[in-house]
Amino acid sequence: MANSSASTFEAVTCPACGLLCDDVRIERDSTDRLKVVDKGCAMSVTFFERAVQKTSPSIGGKAVSLTEAINKAADILRSTNQPLFAGLGTEVQGMRSVLSLADKVGAALDHMNADNSFRNTLVVQNSGWQVTTLTEVRNRVDLLLVIGSDIVSHNPRFFERNVWNKESMFDQDTSAREVVYLGGQNIDTSAGVSPKGVKPTVLPCDLESLPEVVAALRAIISGKTLIATEVAGIKVSDLESLSERLKAAKYSVVTWVSSDLNIAHAELTIQNITGLVIKLNAKTRSSGLPLGGSEGDSSVNQTSTWTSGYPVRSRFARKHPEYDPHHFSAAQLLNNGEADALVWISEFNPDKTPPNVNIPKIVIGHANMQGNDADVFIPVSTSGIDNTGTMFRIDSSVSLPLGKLRESALPSLGEVMAAIEAAL
Amino acid sequence: MLIKLSGGKVYDPAHQIDGKVMDIYIRDGRIVSRPRDDETIDQTYNLNGKVVMAGAIDMHTHIGGGKVNIARMMLPEDHRADPNEHSDLCRSGCGHAAPSSFTTGYRYAEMGYTAAFEPALSPVNARQSHLEMGDTPIIDKGGYAMIGSDDYFLRMLTAKKDQNAINDYVAWIMHASQAIGIKVVNPGGISAFKFNQRALDLDEKNVHYQVTPREVLKALSRAVHELGVPHPLHVHANNLGVPGNMDTTLKTMGASEGYPLHLTHIQFHSYGTEGDRKFSSGAAQIAEAMNKNKHISADVGQILFNQTVTASGDNMRQFANSSLASPNKSVIMDIECDSGCGVVPFKYKDKNFVNALQWSIGLEIFLLCDDPWRTFLTTDHPNGAPFTSYPHLIRLLMDKSFRNDMFTKLNLDAQAMSTLNSIDREYSLYEIAIMTRAGAARLVGLHDRGHLGVGAGADITVYSDNPDREKMFEKPDYVFKDGELVVKDGQVVKVTWGHTHTVKPEFDRGIEKDIKQYFDTYHTMSMENFKVSSDEIAEGGRGGVVVQACEGRREKSL
Repeated sequence: MANSSASTFEAVTCPACGLLCDDVRIERDSTDRLKVVDKGCAMSVTFFERAVQKTSPSIGGKAVSLTEAINKAADILRSTNQPLFAGLGTEVQGMRSVLSLADKVGAALDHMNADNSFRNTLVVQNSGWQVTTLTEVRNRVDLLLVIGSDIVSHNPRFFERNVWNKESMFDQDTSAREVVYLGGQNIDTSAGVSPKGVKPTVLPCDLESLPEVVAALRAIISGKTLIATEVAGIKVSDLESLSERLKAAKYSVVTWVSSDLNIAHAELTIQNITGLVIKLNAKTRSSGLPLGGSEGDSSVNQTSTWTSGYPVRSRFARKHPEYDPHHFSAAQLLNNGEADALVWISEFNPDKTPPNVNIPKIVIGHANMQGNDADVFIPVSTSGIDNTGTMFRIDSSVSLPLGKLRESALPSLGEVMAAIEAAL
Repeated sequence: MLIKLSGGKVYDPAHQIDGKVMDIYIRDGRIVSRPRDDETIDQTYNLNGKVVMAGAIDMHTHIGGGKVNIARMMLPEDHRADPNEHSDLCRSGCGHAAPSSFTTGYRYAEMGYTAAFEPALSPVNARQSHLEMGDTPIIDKGGYAMIGSDDYFLRMLTAKKDQNAINDYVAWIMHASQAIGIKVVNPGGISAFKFNQRALDLDEKNVHYQVTPREVLKALSRAVHELGVPHPLHVHANNLGVPGNMDTTLKTMGASEGYPLHLTHIQFHSYGTEGDRKFSSGAAQIAEAMNKNKHISADVGQILFNQTVTASGDNMRQFANSSLASPNKSVIMDIECDSGCGVVPFKYKDKNFVNALQWSIGLEIFLLCDDPWRTFLTTDHPNGAPFTSYPHLIRLLMDKSFRNDMFTKLNLDAQAMSTLNSIDREYSLYEIAIMTRAGAARLVGLHDRGHLGVGAGADITVYSDNPDREKMFEKPDYVFKDGELVVKDGQVVKVTWGHTHTVKPEFDRGIEKDIKQYFDTYHTMSMENFKVSSDEIAEGGRGGVVVQACEGRREKSL
């Protein structure tokens, strides 16, 4: 790796979670190691400070040149009828190249987080929703209702940046903001303690009971009278008082993390959340806020949607895009023997490894993945560290450029996909 | 490479050419004057009997950005019915109400359009708009930056900042978001909705900023004018879709105190409250005011009957309309203390009284407005209908008997409320060329497009002169983009990347100090990341940014 001089980068965009904080300060030493020195969090430290192992493209575990690996990948794709491109841990520019190749070879597409993101997408496609974005939250929220999550396991700086920020546009005393956690057991609610030490309201229940609790809250907000006095261990009177607080709030925000709602009927639960938000808007203002997100999931879905008309779990086998949230899941296609080659992509995270399959496997991923068991392994650089890129935040309206913090000898995903396409 | 387009009937209103048979020469993507006799012509197209116009320009069409992608995402059922297969040349995709980006580019080009402008480019979402338009091949594009409900601007009005400071901010926004115009949507109303106001009339105050839409319109129209931006302030007025909103629209015409205004999708703002159902056509009054007020231009935003999806920055009105959604789903968003959006699928039906009257009102406006240089052909794609219905709309304008046949199929109560079938006017080819080419280019500020004079970019469309104007306009014989043949017989034969048109008015860069501090204090992204670079737009060999001339900053008017 080229030796470079030490340097400090201000205002770096961090793609480690869906918040895309762009105020991170990072130092690079003369050996190209990065260190998060300000505005970091556990996830950004893991992401930026990961030591990159030296690795080479390989075929069947044997080191080869990049050209040989690309030619072999093209050979495999040329001889398949229904390749599956999965993982898809990438950003917009990488996804542009993935979609171009997928269209050519008739691939099916699935993202590693699709099970989670579909809990939201299906709600949008079924009923729509009313949602807000981070800067609105930062400047307007007066009551934050957190459902079934601690948020900070997924978005460590959410409260710091968007709830307990000192100044707000409309002269609100942000330290007087109210936080309520609803659902889940033993949730770490410490991030919801206000700077003045006011503790959040916590209404715990088993996650499996969340659907009925949220349904009950929606019913109460909608003016229905419940006969029950308790729902999953939560007193109906507590839900009634929560309903009153939501109705009294000027701009409540109701948030959830779809990956935490790993329960049956997760979409219906989210639909009840967004349904209660719409009810509240009859009189006051309230907004939903889906949080979480990583591995480029929202970037991949946005890019896929404008390019093909559909988010992923799509297929190009019939020369035009098709979409099916269930049939085109990677797990389904692999289990049913409907894919005859797997291309696994993960440029951000070496721990997101491909499933075991008995069909040809091409892995295009982070250098530390090694990928000895793959038919073809091509290590790629990481957007936001080694090459520039573009990424969408979890709230979907904002996209940010990802910077290049050091030179890398590795090609970008876009370069690899374009080379494979050219070699077909 | 020297190309000769020989013997076509040319309609070039920018040069008052109305159906004259003449030759056009193209070299290196530009229209050139007749070459010397010793110069070799590499290729000749014999266009005897054909109609030749500049490539058409859609000056208001939602083709790229967050709300369009939400519309795509939420309507898989609409896409399934209109798949677009890939070919050796073209990417696959899907069409209808909110087509995929590649399909959008191909279908515009196949209809003879060579440029399209996204009218609601939210600055905070500008990157996404440009990404999507960057994946829209062949046609040129550009966007109007949507401000007027953004906190920074409304603060300036509250603080009674000097007009020069407002001009600097508007110019800064245009640079940051790579825009060619400025749009205001429900002036101040998107912000008011966030403070729980459900309507905002022209002289009603936003409860927080104590600022009225009239003040927003005046400050922005004046800023656009004083910055020398060719495109007048692009206005989506208050009270969209509300019966009786014609009064708001008429008052809005006066709100800029003479500074030019473009009133967009004016059909949706031309409603009266007469009749049993308290919903009537205001087209006659609106057209009369249009004819009188020369500083006003408008595009119509015609509705046509079918499934579509409405996508707007006007979350206040879209929230109010969400109960009319068909299918029954909608997305309403507040966005970054900057803007908002509302996406509501809609099915216009000819047997529905309101929809039928909306259809008539749009056509009445087209036919009663005298000046095609100030009247533009749009469906506010996809809000009134998908852009692919333009050939049908052109036939409605050019063919009275066809129009009247359609009219007789409408809801009878709506027929009784409309004067449409008593209007004899039929648009001529020359007038169509004004509305969709010369006038549109002049309005947007595209100095080298929309005309066939020497030096113009060779964006040229050739049609067969079919008396069925719908057939004629849906399938041109040839379309040239920057001198290259991109469409033949209505099919893409070559895929190119179009340009992104912008203007870059001068401003005092010193204002960035304050803007940066504002972002650092209140926003969740840094000021530098708010800006979209030209390199991002040209990523991967896509068409780059073209800077169209501004007239230069004018002196402060008063």
